[in-house]
Amino acid sequence: MKRSFSNLDKAKIKWFGAGGLLVALATFGLVSCGQGPLQTAMPAGGDAAAAVASYVAPGAMDEYYLFYSGGHSGNVYVAGVPSMRHISTIPVFAQYPATGYGFDDETKKMLGGFGWGDVHHPSASETKGDYDGRWLFVNDNANNRVARIDLRDFKTKQILGPIPNISGLHGGAFVTPNTEYVLAASRFSVPLPKGSVAALEEYGTKYNGIVSGVAIDAKSGEMSVGWQILMPPFNFDLGDAGKGPSEGWAFWTCYNSERATGKLEVTSTQKDRDYIAAVNWKEAEKAVKEGKIKDIGGVKVIDPKATPGIVYLVPCSKSPHGVDVTPDGKYFVGSGKLQSITTSFSVEKMLKAISAKDFAGEEDGIPVLKYESVKEAEVNVGLGPLHTQFDNQGFAYTSLFVESAVAKWKLGTWELVDKVPIAYNIGHLVSAEGDTVNPDGKYLVALNKLSHGRHLNVGPSQPESSQLINIGGDKMKVIYDAFTEPEPHYSQMIKADKIKPIEVYPQAENKNPNAIWDIKDAKMERSGNNVTVKMVAVRSSFEPIKLEVNQGDKVTIHITNIEQTTDELHGFGLNEYNINIVVDPGETKSVTFVADKPGVFPYYCTNFCSALHQEMQSYLIVKPAGGAVAKK
Amino acid sequence: MSTAQESINLPKVESKSWLKRFLLKEYEFFEHSLSLKSRVVILLAVVVLIPAFLFPLWRMSFFSNQYPDGLKLTIYAYQLDGAKTSNRDDLREINALNHYIGMRPLLESEFSEFIWLPFAIGGLMILALRAMVLGKMSKLVDVFVLFTWFGLYSFWSFYHRMYLYGHNLDPQAAIKVEPFTPPLLGTEIVGNFTVYSYPDIASFALIAFGLLMFLAIWLSRKNSEV
Repeated sequence: MKRSFSNLDKAKIKWFGAGGLLVALATFGLVSCGQGPLQTAMPAGGDAAAAVASYVAPGAMDEYYLFYSGGHSGNVYVAGVPSMRHISTIPVFAQYPATGYGFDDETKKMLGGFGWGDVHHPSASETKGDYDGRWLFVNDNANNRVARIDLRDFKTKQILGPIPNISGLHGGAFVTPNTEYVLAASRFSVPLPKGSVAALEEYGTKYNGIVSGVAIDAKSGEMSVGWQILMPPFNFDLGDAGKGPSEGWAFWTCYNSERATGKLEVTSTQKDRDYIAAVNWKEAEKAVKEGKIKDIGGVKVIDPKATPGIVYLVPCSKSPHGVDVTPDGKYFVGSGKLQSITTSFSVEKMLKAISAKDFAGEEDGIPVLKYESVKEAEVNVGLGPLHTQFDNQGFAYTSLFVESAVAKWKLGTWELVDKVPIAYNIGHLVSAEGDTVNPDGKYLVALNKLSHGRHLNVGPSQPESSQLINIGGDKMKVIYDAFTEPEPHYSQMIKADKIKPIEVYPQAENKNPNAIWDIKDAKMERSGNNVTVKMVAVRSSFEPIKLEVNQGDKVTIHITNIEQTTDELHGFGLNEYNINIVVDPGETKSVTFVADKPGVFPYYCTNFCSALHQEMQSYLIVKPAGGAVAKK
Repeated sequence: MSTAQESINLPKVESKSWLKRFLLKEYEFFEHSLSLKSRVVILLAVVVLIPAFLFPLWRMSFFSNQYPDGLKLTIYAYQLDGAKTSNRDDLREINALNHYIGMRPLLESEFSEFIWLPFAIGGLMILALRAMVLGKMSKLVDVFVLFTWFGLYSFWSFYHRMYLYGHNLDPQAAIKVEPFTPPLLGTEIVGNFTVYSYPDIASFALIAFGLLMFLAIWLSRKNSEV
């Protein structure tokens, strides 16, 4: 920086990079303005060691990516571990003006007219049960969709849904060990197919849940509906896919096996046990192939009554939330969220009970196994167990909502070994690669529901808190408090070197027929009332320079950002037309609108690009239909 | 010096003038057959020149706070090559920055050098092999003289291009700068950039070729029987 200034003093600006020099000045200006009062607060209780454990020096990189759900914001947030710094936001189910998501034709179409979604459980693609760094899938609890984010460019590439028959897609998006399927299940049973109506009084018989696998194309990641299984009207909650000895199985918890309606808080908690549904998805695949299905809502649905041998119900403490398969695939862990124990169920015992037909009864033709014959152990973890993650030392970590703590216990001996309090009310938790066949240990993040009193007061709308816990030693230790936008449900912590994103879209890869790469090709063409503009955005102008249309014209603008350098984004903001496009280097985006308002409308670059960024502006002239002109 | 003195002290009894004798000596020199050593050295020189087709002639790099890894431009005998990484196309970037001072974009298609340079280098190699086969000093000197001319002209032509780029700036450019010649050799600070401009393998191959040709001449400075 100093050098730039001294050179500027000497008016010695020469040759290459004079533009870069001005960028340097602008950046310097921003940095200077951004310096607020210095934080002088030291870590309490001599916690310098904790500070060091989470410190990532300027210019240094984090060890892990943390992808956490943004709940009803519709976004996925990306942070680094151990710094816990928020790095980026990936919009999925809602418009996001910062990246122009949902404003251009393509992403607008992908959103399908919905203004929001409820992102719950991010799930990274796997190969042989380990993260492969290709895609991240997330479910939409509100509008029954599943989205695929490509980790090559951290962009949402596909939104599948609303998926027929699935209602309240909470039980997703957990992947099978080779990303054959993404699990998806109904939380809110409804009469099927969707659109049909039955009285609430007939809930127990006329309403149905669905558990399903959304099929993933191994090469492209393209999602399609896959198989669906018709289930009793339970509320399917969370799931996980089996691995190793349990590969080929999928598990979902459910609450309200009472099939109750009304005040569920009371009506759905009358029985001592609800269920974990165990689905043999390889058999489900086979049943679909053999045509043992019926058509519901245009989807091939398996009815377990007609096709047995696919679904079984394992009793679990009432109102369970998560079900988590251990890294070796031998056990699945489930807990009633009002209890103080968590149960490890043995896959081996389950298979034995199934083959011995050791059933306690059935629900709508689905065999119910006996709790005692599938249970391996009960662990006294503490009050309100929800979810379990794992490390590389054979330990499991269970979040305790009511107790507001994380319990650490040993697989095999089933002993509680440690507990750490959390501020406050932990929901999900995530450990480093903690749901794969190969967890890393080291770090665990508690995704808490409340954060009061932990940060500067920001009024009634409080953020959530995410606390970083060092799990590398014998004793768990909270080492960092981070605050996150509503609302982190689940997360994936992935080793940084597993993901290799691009920074620009290579020109050679841009196959968009409307892309142009030379200012000379920029043009505006008219065909009747349709106006098509092929536009170039490059430091620091839009070409063509001026757009002139008639009121009522349908205007399509294809903007190509012909930059091929990191972070040279250009935005296209059209005043009072609610148009906000951001084009990454090497990308082409299109926007179509009807120029229904006459007048002169400035458009400008919204995304800072260069020293003359402010000058990157021009006008859209919409000539009034009646031929009126401006009065002097 | 000594030659000049000798010619001054030439005895007047000789019938031929010193100039004539000098020319005769030259004539005789050009008639020298090339020694085996010379011929081997010529072959070596031709081999040494092969990298000139493959490797860069010149490398330029530009470092600044915004580009801590440096923008890199590499000049080959046959192409102008900006570094291309997954996150940057350096030639495009250099042109994007230069447009602010009104400099024409550096375009490979505007350099005829990339067509005639490889042709000329190939020609030199053929002429050198011809001198080796024919074993005549005159042929060898031809190659050496042609090479020297070619080398100096190429360097001047490159410099001149840089001069033209730096002196034909668009008067309407956003940033007005004094016309200048971009640095051709060495390290220089321009604006907020530290610029490195240095020859590379192909240039060294050309220099080595010249030196070896001179060595070949030197080794046959006395007439050989072969």
